[in-house]
Amino acid sequence: MNDIMRSILWLPEQASTFAKKVDQLHYFIFTVTMASSLLVGLAAVVFFFKYRERRARQSTPIVEPSVRFELTVIAIPLIFFLAWFVQGFRDFVWYTTPPRNTMDVYVMGKKWMWKFAYPDGPNAIGTLHVPSDRPVRLLLTSRDVIHSFYVPDFRVKMDALPGRYTELWFEATKPGRYQILCAEYCGTWHSQMWGEVVVMPPAEFDDWMTQQKAGLLSDRVDTGGDDGPGFHGTLVEYGKRVAMAQGCLKCHSLTGEPHIGPTWLDLYRRRETLETGETIIADEGYLTDSMIDPRAKIVKGYKPVMPTYRGRLTAPDAAALVEFIKSLRSQNLENVPSKEAVYEPARR
Amino acid sequence: MSQPVASAIPAPTAAPVYQEINYLNADRGVASWLKTLDHKRIGVMYFASVLMTFLLGGIFAMIVRFELTTPEPTFIGANTYNRMFTLHGMVMVFLFMIPAIPGVFGNFCLPLMLGAKDVAFPRLNLMSLYVYWIGSAIVLTGVITGGADSGWTFYAPYSTSTPMTLFPVLLGVFVLGFSSILTGLNFIVTVHTLRAPGITWMKMPLFVWAIYATSIIQVLATPVIGLTTLLVGIEKVGGFGFFDPGRGGDPVLMQHLFWFYSHPAVYIMVLPAMGVMSEIVAAFARKNIFGYKMIAYSSLGIAFVGFFAWGHHMFVSGQSSFDGGGFAVISMLVGVFTAIKVFNWVGTLYRGAILVTAPFIYLCGFLFFIVFGGMTGIALATISPDVHWHDTYFVVAHFHFIMVGAVIMAFLAAIHYWFPKMFGKTYNEGWAMVAAAFIVLGFNATFIPQFLAGNAGMPRRYYMYPERFTGLNVASTMGSTLLAFGFVMILIYLIFALLRGRIAGENPWHSKGYEWRTSSPPIKENFAETLEYPEEPHTYREPGEEPEHVII
Amino acid sequence: MSSSDASAHGGGHGDAHGGNPHLAHHFDSMATQNHASRLGMWLFLGTEVLLFAGLFLGYSVYRHFYHEAFRAASHHLSLTLGTINTVVLITSSFTVAMAYYSVKKGNSKAAAGLLTFTILCAVAFLCIKGVEYNEKFQEGALPGKWFHFHEMQGYPGANMFYTVYFLTTGLHAFHVIVGMAVLIWVLRRTIRGDFDKNYYIPVELGGLYWHLVDLVWIFLFPLLYLI
Repeated sequence: MNDIMRSILWLPEQASTFAKKVDQLHYFIFTVTMASSLLVGLAAVVFFFKYRERRARQSTPIVEPSVRFELTVIAIPLIFFLAWFVQGFRDFVWYTTPPRNTMDVYVMGKKWMWKFAYPDGPNAIGTLHVPSDRPVRLLLTSRDVIHSFYVPDFRVKMDALPGRYTELWFEATKPGRYQILCAEYCGTWHSQMWGEVVVMPPAEFDDWMTQQKAGLLSDRVDTGGDDGPGFHGTLVEYGKRVAMAQGCLKCHSLTGEPHIGPTWLDLYRRRETLETGETIIADEGYLTDSMIDPRAKIVKGYKPVMPTYRGRLTAPDAAALVEFIKSLRSQNLENVPSKEAVYEPARR
Repeated sequence: MSQPVASAIPAPTAAPVYQEINYLNADRGVASWLKTLDHKRIGVMYFASVLMTFLLGGIFAMIVRFELTTPEPTFIGANTYNRMFTLHGMVMVFLFMIPAIPGVFGNFCLPLMLGAKDVAFPRLNLMSLYVYWIGSAIVLTGVITGGADSGWTFYAPYSTSTPMTLFPVLLGVFVLGFSSILTGLNFIVTVHTLRAPGITWMKMPLFVWAIYATSIIQVLATPVIGLTTLLVGIEKVGGFGFFDPGRGGDPVLMQHLFWFYSHPAVYIMVLPAMGVMSEIVAAFARKNIFGYKMIAYSSLGIAFVGFFAWGHHMFVSGQSSFDGGGFAVISMLVGVFTAIKVFNWVGTLYRGAILVTAPFIYLCGFLFFIVFGGMTGIALATISPDVHWHDTYFVVAHFHFIMVGAVIMAFLAAIHYWFPKMFGKTYNEGWAMVAAAFIVLGFNATFIPQFLAGNAGMPRRYYMYPERFTGLNVASTMGSTLLAFGFVMILIYLIFALLRGRIAGENPWHSKGYEWRTSSPPIKENFAETLEYPEEPHTYREPGEEPEHVII
Repeated sequence: MSSSDASAHGGGHGDAHGGNPHLAHHFDSMATQNHASRLGMWLFLGTEVLLFAGLFLGYSVYRHFYHEAFRAASHHLSLTLGTINTVVLITSSFTVAMAYYSVKKGNSKAAAGLLTFTILCAVAFLCIKGVEYNEKFQEGALPGKWFHFHEMQGYPGANMFYTVYFLTTGLHAFHVIVGMAVLIWVLRRTIRGDFDKNYYIPVELGGLYWHLVDLVWIFLFPLLYLI
């Protein structure tokens, strides 16, 4: 059934978990639309024949709808539309809420190519390698104008904006090669800004990644960062270099000690209280915002002395710093009693 | 001062009469046309103008379609192609669609339908025509001097950073906005203050209700696009950085400002078309419109609710899913208003006395296209499928179904319906029906493949495309040639009718619309005598008989 | 039917309507015509509100992003000059309303004087604005790529404040100039004796437009100077 509908509608492959969901809703809307249009059309055709003019300047009765008729005619489409909205909105929220355990990849669009960078792996232009059956999150940005990252076979799309990060997640279900297309007009070669997602079975992907990191593969894909003197290494290593060059380590320690600024050790996803009393989680968004507008959300107990790095950090620099901070995890394993309800297995 | 009062029921007709001294020849010379305050002459001048801009926009469209017959470069370069689709959009939207039905038929018919001698501000009316000409000329200068390549939506930061000169086109659009505002303002005041005694709000023709609702949108929404073009222009020329992330600006803010106008703008385009259809269905089914109040109120409903739906163009722009949901549900409501109208129009056919003519064929086409165009709009508004469809040919097909399928069917229907009134001549019905068939078939052949191309994943604004989309593109181009052929056919037989057509007489359709109660062509003052309006428009009954009332 | 060409003012066939030369041929009475004129002007004022609304939206968005910068930058604006300008505009609104009242009572001379005073207030406003702008040029407190105001360098988004400042006050100043032109035209007609107890609608409409120009400033002033 699914395949029949898919071919009638010229839909491409369903290669992600989202694709299947969205196609179901599509079929529902399509079928109801066709059926109701047919009914309305049939009614019109019947009237057309039955009520054609029989003599010149024939007079006609005055026909009015009752309130009940009007309300019915309003209610029926409204109910369908709202039902579709509810399902569509639920699917959309699912689509925009990445699960916790995603593998992250930084994506940068620029005229007219896509660049990919793995946090602790290689960089690439044009080809994105991902494992199947594992959720992947793309953190998208643009170097110049607005682009849009689109994979028709996954049914996913998200605009890549300059100066900001947007996110898109998917879980590929079928190994294979799938086309990436740019879906926001960006100039002369907008229509050639293509790429490819290579989906590999999880085991094969892990092998590939290990080999990439070790630099053993002769066709190691590495762009060496963005336009700069080639930097061969992971994003994390690059981030450390940036942190030293930009002077971040003058105020932020890597050892757990609070200094002029909060320590970076275990900072990622730490719950921080701001001086306004509000609590935030130090996620990618907070970390990047703090580099650009450090006085917006100051952690309690610290002074607002951090300068802004707007214009001093490129997008890849910022991404690299974030990855570096994420990598700073201590071995702190504490045995603390749970604050929430604890599941006690039933005793046999 | 006493004047004879005409009875509501026209005398039985003799041979059709052509009004010898009428608004077309009452004053002679080009100067009399350029300085006219007569809404009918202004309507005719708009008519000639929009036909020319439609032709220009159509040429750009055909260039785009021919380029797309092959996935590789076909006969023009990438930059030229990008300019072609941009100019096709800009010329069609700003120089044709927005002014067409209100400028031509709003101007011509509104006072006639209200029993008035003119619109409220005849000099502002003439000014709005001049401003339209000036704005169009500026846009055309832009076209000639290199043209724009940003897409008609000119998103920042591409539009503010592209080396192509966007400035004349933006300035032209800015100026055109004033024409739209003046027209809308004029019509609102006309409806409020110039209705003849006897024509209450609930007895106004539905075309007037539609124009009234359109005018509200024109007045309130257009200033925002004026501001947006101003800001983008200033940024391009002055480096102000309002939308430039490098200077702290937000490019998505530009999208919000742009769509705040451009979404209601589509209702500026479609509401008058719906108004025309209400007139056509009542006239050619010879029946009162089924559910007059609901159609009138739903026009206002579309105008009002349509202001809050703009974010459905931005589901994947990075805006929050909460916003997305809000915009989606509001878009659904607008869809309900349209559905009401469709049911009411079909309901009008029930127990009617249907006369098949070219306008009626356009009505059928219109109904088909508005149902599918509308439903695909609802489908897009359901957000999750839109993630796949956004910025693909699915959206292109959707809006062409409404703008060409619905609005242009209505425009053609209006031309054919009111041609005898405007010019006193009839056109050849046989040729008209043949042309209508070409248009309807050609349209389907052009745009249905585009829905499928969008489903298959072909993005918009693509000069070259992956090979797998070739078949659909070739099919679409073939359809577009049929469509173009239909339009050329219409132009030819209408010119022929203008010059050598048979005399139409006062009311060749025997329509009970108010505007038919004067000579064809009308005299300059519109009405030779003060009329009474004892009945609603489109009440078709035997003289002296009480009509049968049926409630469904 | 007699022909009617475009005449310089309201014009029409005086004879056909028995007397009032201002009554246009398509209106049945002066009352309806005046009502139509007022409605038209209010609709036009609505369009102006929508025009500025977009800029106020831009202001709120950027203030939200860069509240530190906006707060600091507003302290660098001259509160004195801004307040004087506000007083000048409010006074001018008062005098234009008085002019309308005078002409309605048949006192064209007083009206002309009051209108002149209003126009002078507009000139004063523009001069003071000019002084403020000049200060900004000296300081480098300019929009976008022209920004080089050292005192505000530490604040991210400072240039944005000045972009918004120049766009909003610039567009407003443009409307002050347009309003002045309208009032000068009304003044000319007043001096010429066109208006009397029975016909003064252009003064009313011109005054309405001027009130809008004032109203926009009344919103701009606190948003830019006070908070």
